Amino acid sequence: MLKYLIKRVLFMVPLLLGITVICFFVMHLAPGSPTDLQTQMNPKASAEMKERLMSLYELDKPIHVQYWSWLTKLGRGNLGTSFSSDHRPVADKILERLPITIIINFLSLIIIIAVAVPIGVLSAVHQNSLFDKVTAVFVFIGFAVPTFWLALLMMIFFGIHLGWLPISGLRSLNYEYLSAWGQLVDLAKHLILPVFISAFGGLAGLSRYMRANMLEVIRQDYILTARAKGLSERQVIYKHALRNALLPAITILGLSIPGLIGGSVIFETIFAIPGMGQLFYMSVMARDYPTVMGILLIGAILTLVGNLIADLSYALADPRIRIS
Amino acid sequence: MGFWEMFYKNKLALAGLGIVILLFVVSFLAPVLAPYDPGAIDLKNVLAPPSCEHWFGTDQLGRDVLSRMIWGARISLKVGFVATGLAILIGMILGAVAGYYGGWIDATIMRFVDVMLCFPTFFLILAVIAFLEPSIWNIMIVIGLTGWMGVTRLVRADFISLRERDFVRAARAIGANDARIIFMHILPNALASILVAATLGIAGAILTESALSFLGIGVQPPTPSWGNILTAGKDNIDIAWWLSLYPGLAILITVVGYNLLGEGIRDASDPRLKR
Repeated sequence: MLKYLIKRVLFMVPLLLGITVICFFVMHLAPGSPTDLQTQMNPKASAEMKERLMSLYELDKPIHVQYWSWLTKLGRGNLGTSFSSDHRPVADKILERLPITIIINFLSLIIIIAVAVPIGVLSAVHQNSLFDKVTAVFVFIGFAVPTFWLALLMMIFFGIHLGWLPISGLRSLNYEYLSAWGQLVDLAKHLILPVFISAFGGLAGLSRYMRANMLEVIRQDYILTARAKGLSERQVIYKHALRNALLPAITILGLSIPGLIGGSVIFETIFAIPGMGQLFYMSVMARDYPTVMGILLIGAILTLVGNLIADLSYALADPRIRIS
Repeated sequence: MGFWEMFYKNKLALAGLGIVILLFVVSFLAPVLAPYDPGAIDLKNVLAPPSCEHWFGTDQLGRDVLSRMIWGARISLKVGFVATGLAILIGMILGAVAGYYGGWIDATIMRFVDVMLCFPTFFLILAVIAFLEPSIWNIMIVIGLTGWMGVTRLVRADFISLRERDFVRAARAIGANDARIIFMHILPNALASILVAATLGIAGAILTESALSFLGIGVQPPTPSWGNILTAGKDNIDIAWWLSLYPGLAILITVVGYNLLGEGIRDASDPRLKR
C-alpha cells in the first residue's frame, strides 16, 4: 500500500512537469506581451522604458532560460512575483483565495453526493415508474443546461425579482456590524446560489451513473440469494445492493474534480466571488504570467490529488481490490 | 430490424433530429429569416422589452435580439462541427493506432490520454485562447485539441475487439497492408460509436463556446453569438431579463437536440436492443 502510494506520488512529478512545460511554452509563444498592456495606453512610455520593463520581468531572455528560472524558483517554493500593479508574491495571492474555492467545491461535492445518490438508487429500484421518468427528464435537461445561464436566471429570479438572496460577493456591506450568528447567516445566504450552480453540473452525471450501476447490481446472483434467504426488501437494497453500486461512483467523483475546478472560473466570475477562479480570469486578462502559471499548477495538483484520493478510497472500500 | 426502422420508432430521437435540421435551416437561411440586420444599432430603442416589432426585445445598443440569435445559430453550428471534427479526427487516428498495434504504442497513447483527462481543461482553454487573441478559429481549434480523449478510448476499444476477427485475418491473408486494414476494414465497423461520440461532442463544444463567449474571450462582438448576448444579459441583469432568457434557451434546446439525436443513434445501432 505504502509502496503504491509512493509510486503514484512519484509518477505525479513528471506529469506536473509536462503540464507546466506545455502551459509555459504556449503562454510565452503567444503573440503579444504583458508589457504591451502596461505601456500601450501611456503615450509617455518610450521604447527604452518598455525594454526596461521587459528585463525587469525577465521577458527578454530566451524562453527555455525563463522556464528554467521559473522551475528553480519553484524548487525553492517560490512561485514568483505577480506582474500586476500590486507586485505581490503569487503564492500569497493564491493562498488567500484558495480556501474560498475549495470550500465552495467541497460543499457542492457533498450536495452532489447527497442528492444524486438517492435519486439514482430510487429511480433504479423503481425502474420505469413515474419518479424514474420524471428524473430522467431532469437529468437530460441537466446535461444540456449551460450553468452560467442557469446562474443568470436564478440571479434574476431569487436575487432581483424576489429579492431573497444577494447576487454578488461573499459579504454584505454591513457585514462587520453583524453579530457572529448574523455573519454566518449572511455568508450562507451569499453561498447558496454559487454552491447550487456549481453542484448542478455534477448532479445529472452522478445520478445517471448511480442508476445504471444500481440496475446492474440488483440483477446479480447475490441479490437473488439475499432475497431468497428472506431478507427484507429494505435490507436487500440498502445493505447489499447500495454498497456495491456505490463503489464505482467514487471514481466518477474523482474524475469530476477537473470540471468542478474549471467551473469555478465561471461561477466566481458571475457571482463576483474572490476565489481562485476569479483570480485566474483576471490574471489571464492581464497577461499576468506568473499568477496564471501558479494557478494552473495548483489546479493540476488539486486534480491529481483528487484522483489519487478517489483511487485509494476505492481500494479501501472494496476488499476485492488490492493495490500493489 | 434495421437501423432506420429502429430509429424511426424512437420518437425522442426523431425530435432530436428535427431540432438539428431546424438549426441547419435557420443557419443557412439567416439572411432571409432575420427580421432585422443583426448589427443595426437603434439608439432610440435601447433595451426595449419584447414587443410585436422586436419579439425577443433589443439589446443595449438597440439591436434586435431575435435577429442576433438567428445569426448566432451559424456560429454555434460552425464551432460545433469544426471543433468536433478535429477532435474526432485526432481521436480516431490515435485510438485506431493504439487498438490495432497494442503493446508499448498502446500504453504510450493511453497514458497520454490519462494525462489529458486529469487536466482542468477549461483553465487551459481559457488561458490559451486569451493569449492567442480570441477568434472563432482559435476557439474551434483549442476545443478540438482538448476534446479527443473520449473518442480515442471508444475507437481503441472497438479496434481491440475487432482486430482478431475473421474478416481482418482474411484481409491480412490476401496481403492488405496495415493502413488498408485499419481504414478500409476495421474502421467502418466502428463508425456507429464514432458517430454517437461526434453528435454528443458537438453538444459539448457548443456549451464550451457559449461559456467562453460569455466570459468575453470567445466570439468577439459585434459578431453575434448566443454566449456574448448572454454577457449583455449579465451586464443588464436588473433591467433586461429577455437578454438572459432567450439565448440560453436556444443553447439548451440545441444541446438537448444533439444529445437526443446521439442517444437515438446509439440505441438504433446497438445490436443488443434489436429484437
